[in-house]
Formats: sequence, C-alpha cells, structure tokens
Amino acid sequence: MTEKKFTDRELEILSVRYRLKLLHYIKAAGAGHTGGSLSCTDILNVLYNDVLNVSPENLSDNHRDRYIQSKGHSVEALYVILADRGFFPEKELEQLCKYRSKFTGHPSRKVNGIEFNTGALGHGLSISAGIALAGKKDQAPFRVFTLLGDGELAEGSNWEAAMVAGHYHLDNLTAIVDLNDLQITGPVREVCNPYPIDDKFSAFGWRVTETDGHSIPRLRETLHHLPAELGKPTLVIAHTIKGKGISFMEHDKRWHHGVPSDEEYTRATEELESELRRLTGFDDPS
Amino acid sequence: MEQLVTGKANLDVFAETLSELAEENRNIMVVTSDSRGSARLAAFAARLPDQIVEVGIAEQNLVGVAAGLASAGKTVFAVSPACFLTARALEQIKNDIAYSNQPVTLVGISAGVSYGPLGSTHHSIHDVAVLRAIHNIGIMVPADNFETREAVLAAAASQRPVYLKLGKKAMPHLPRESGCFEPGKASLICRGNDVAIIACGETVAPAYQAAQKMQGMGITTEVISMHTVKPPDREAVIRAASKCRAVITAEEHSISGGLGEACASLFLEASICKPFKILGIPDEETVTGSQTEIFCHYGISAEGITKTALSLISLSR
Ligand SMILES: [Mg+2]
Repeated sequence: MTEKKFTDRELEILSVRYRLKLLHYIKAAGAGHTGGSLSCTDILNVLYNDVLNVSPENLSDNHRDRYIQSKGHSVEALYVILADRGFFPEKELEQLCKYRSKFTGHPSRKVNGIEFNTGALGHGLSISAGIALAGKKDQAPFRVFTLLGDGELAEGSNWEAAMVAGHYHLDNLTAIVDLNDLQITGPVREVCNPYPIDDKFSAFGWRVTETDGHSIPRLRETLHHLPAELGKPTLVIAHTIKGKGISFMEHDKRWHHGVPSDEEYTRATEELESELRRLTGFDDPS
Repeated sequence: MEQLVTGKANLDVFAETLSELAEENRNIMVVTSDSRGSARLAAFAARLPDQIVEVGIAEQNLVGVAAGLASAGKTVFAVSPACFLTARALEQIKNDIAYSNQPVTLVGISAGVSYGPLGSTHHSIHDVAVLRAIHNIGIMVPADNFETREAVLAAAASQRPVYLKLGKKAMPHLPRESGCFEPGKASLICRGNDVAIIACGETVAPAYQAAQKMQGMGITTEVISMHTVKPPDREAVIRAASKCRAVITAEEHSISGGLGEACASLFLEASICKPFKILGIPDEETVTGSQTEIFCHYGISAEGITKTALSLISLSR
C-alpha cells in the first residue's frame, strides 16, 4: 500500500522512534494523553506504514482508505505518525496545544491527513459506518478503519453504529479496539464492565478477531486479512498496555493524561533509547 | 380582507422537492430514523430505494452516519422529528456536522408544537436556541410552500451545514413583495409603517392575518418572514424597526434564545429603542393541545398578535 515495504524490525524501530517523539511533544506542550498514545502507537504504525492506502498525494482521491480516530484523545501518536508519513513537516508539532495552533489536543481537520474532528467519545463508529455505506453505494474500493478506546465502549452511540454496520453488512469497515483495560478512573471492568466485547459485537453481526496490539507481525497479519469474513464488518480486539514502552507508565491510570516531569522524561527517553539500541543492534543509522 | 388560499403542509413540499432533486441527482442520499412515514418520504423510498438509508430509531447514529456519507461525497439530508434530532443528537450535530464542516442538511420535521397534544417530549421549542449557539450551521424556518421549496433547493446546493425546520400543518400561500428567494435575505410579506412583525415558519401566516385585521383599523403593518433565522437579515429588521412605531417578533419556539432575542440584540446594537415584544412560548411547561390551541394560548395567533400590536402602538403615542 505504501511505496516502501518495511520489515517487521524496521516497523518496530519506527514504533520506538514514534514513542520518543510523542513524549517529546507532550513534554514540550505540557499537555497530552500519554498513556493512550503509547498504547495505540504500534497499531497506528502498522496502519499508516503497511495497511492504509492513504498518503499526502492521494488525500483528495475519494478512493483513498479512511482512518477515523474515535478515541481522539490519543492524538499525539497520530500527529507524530502523520508527520513521519509526510502529511506536514514535523517541526510544526512544536505548536501542539499552543495558542492559535491548528494542532489541538484532539484531532482537527485543519491538520493535513485528519479526516474528522473527533474527541467527544462514541462518534467515530457512526461516522465510519456512514463512509463505509457511501463506499458500498458507489462500489468504491476504499476501506474504513476506526480506532475505539475500551472505556469509550460505554457510549451508547457505539452500539447504534454497531447495529447499523451489521445490518448493512459493511465488510469494508474495520473497528479496532485499543484494549488497554484502563480508563481514567481505573480498570474498565471496574468502572462499567464492557466485557465480553467479542460476544457483544458478534451478536451485532460483526466478525471479531483478537490480536496482540504491540506485536508488529501479528498486527500486520491481522490487518492484511480483512474483512475477517465476507459480508461482515470486522472488529479487531487489540490487546495493549496503557503507557506501553515505559516501565513506570505501563498499566498505570495516572498516565492517562499525565505529563512527565523533567526527571521522568529523562528516565522515559533513556528506556526508549535503550530499546532502540537493542532493536538496531547498537547500530542506529540515524 | 383578502382570503388566503391554503396550500399543502411544508413537509409535503419538502418531500416532493427532495424527490425531484434526487431523481435528477443520484448522489443525493436521505437518512431516516424510522421516520420516512412521518417525513412523507414513503414514496421516495419506494421509487429511489438506493438513495435512502434507514438507521432505525437512533438519532445520534443518524447524524454520525450522515456526516460520514457527506464526507465521502454524498449530498445528504438527515431527516428526523425536530424534537429528537436537535436534542438527543446535539453533540453529533455540533462535532460531526458543524465542527467537522460536513455539508449535511438536517431536517427537523413536525417541529415546534406540531405534535402539540403529545406533550413536551415531542415539542421542539429549543432547537433554534441551541443551534444558534453552534458555529457553522445555518438555520432555515420557511413560512409557506414557496419558501419551503426554495429552502430545500438552497440547502441541497449549500456547501455548509443547514438545519431546516418544518411543520406539518397545511400552510396558506402568502403574498410577498418580491418573487425571489435568497437565503439570508428575509421575505417582505407586506409593507407598513405603524408596526413591524418579524416572524418565521408557521407564525408568519398569523402575523399576516393580524396585519390584515389591523388594516381595517387604519394601521399599516410590515410583515417580514425571517426564513433564514441564522444568520438573520440584519438590514431588513433594522429597516423595519427604524421606520415603524412598534416591533413584534413571533416564533414557534421558546422566547429564550430564538428569533426574538436575535432581533433584540440587533436593535440594541443599532440603538433602536421602540416598544417591542417577543411572542413565543414562555419559560414554563408548555400547555398541551393542538398547534392552533397552543398558538392561541400564548398569543401567537392572529388575534393574539393583533392585541399585542395594538397595545404596543398605544405605548408609542
Ligand atoms: Mg483504555
């Protein structure tokens, strides 16, 4: 789908670089949704570098694939990856959350590559179903992907959308749940238990698959075999870790929108740089 | 007194006009929430089944799906009773349509107190107020069959979000000083110098009937149909209020945040201070009854408007 075919290892290295960058910009902005951005980094990496037929060149082509980030708060991961894919110069991200900046703390269409203004939860699946319906009406080749949070599943509008997607057999639609099992108050099962997610979506007429949301090869495998079943929308339950990649942030709800102190930032970047050295065999070409 | 000829319900004209347009333009899509019958779109659905999407009774999803369809190049009309569309799905209207700038036409049917006897659950007397406070959505409330047809045509051609508010009672054909219709430019129904009545939607007819009554008393009335409530036609209301001795607004809506307050702020900012009354539904639990009964109860009928006009004129002497 993209001009360059990456190896798994190359994508793994990119993920670490993305995590370093998103932490850098969150730290500089003094604001951001750190934990959720870290948990969806690998998913977005595989989508934008290996799956989606979308690029700065085809952005006005109605046949491009669509990505709608329903969990809009994890926007830092998305901005960093869009910059890397050439949708805008990365330097512009220095304006993240700044006065009059187009880089708002939730996705904004003013930013090249962003399809919809999201951020209020429970909107992305309906929008995606609408786009997928248009694709079916026009027999267009594009596919629609949306990323849902697990806490977000409590929004009733998701289930309205799930029903309509099943009803219209929208097999050009894939929803990925970033299942990090945490939301701002605590574990999702304690806040308002959404489980079983698979049975719920199956009952609404979806084909459900599960994958490791931090395994590049497994994500590639899953997202290259879509729809999982002809005639049904696909739900990918991606098991993830909130705060992934930084030991003291993982599985800790405080990092939902925590911004690292100077000391925490140093420790976090050291951990990521050490991972980068491991992946590159101490031979980082850049 | 000139007798007005009764036409169709604006809702019927909407459905006919949309069917015509959709027959020509296969890119037009209608989205309904189990509302095709109420929207008089059953014939549309039978004739153009590929151009209607049913989402069931799910207004939030109706608006989100409409936004998605529009983003993929469809010309979309999302149709649902105004009471549900603009309350339950308000966040989708705000974010998916207005903020995300998707040129969807949201059609609020059986609006205002069209469902008068059914109770407040089914009234939409808040819709103009809430949508006025949301950036990037126009509000059109046509008065009669002519304005409805023109509003549908304008909405279909618009590249920006529009809310179209429609009642379901058969409406009389109103006279107008000019045969053209332009979004954002109010229709001048009749000219006068004593009292100005600025109305929208189904209150324009009683406003005109009030003007006719007062003509017999030697009072001339300027009646304006503010079919585009947002943005309002500032020039038209300032001109009317400047020359008349008293000003009344009339709307099938709460007196809070609607056409009346929009006009009031325009007058104050232009330093126009005339005897003035906002007619509409006050801040109380709305009475039940037919639309006609509710209009009478709150003085939005021809008699009620006349009474208010006479009392305001007496103040201006
Ligand atoms: Mg979560």
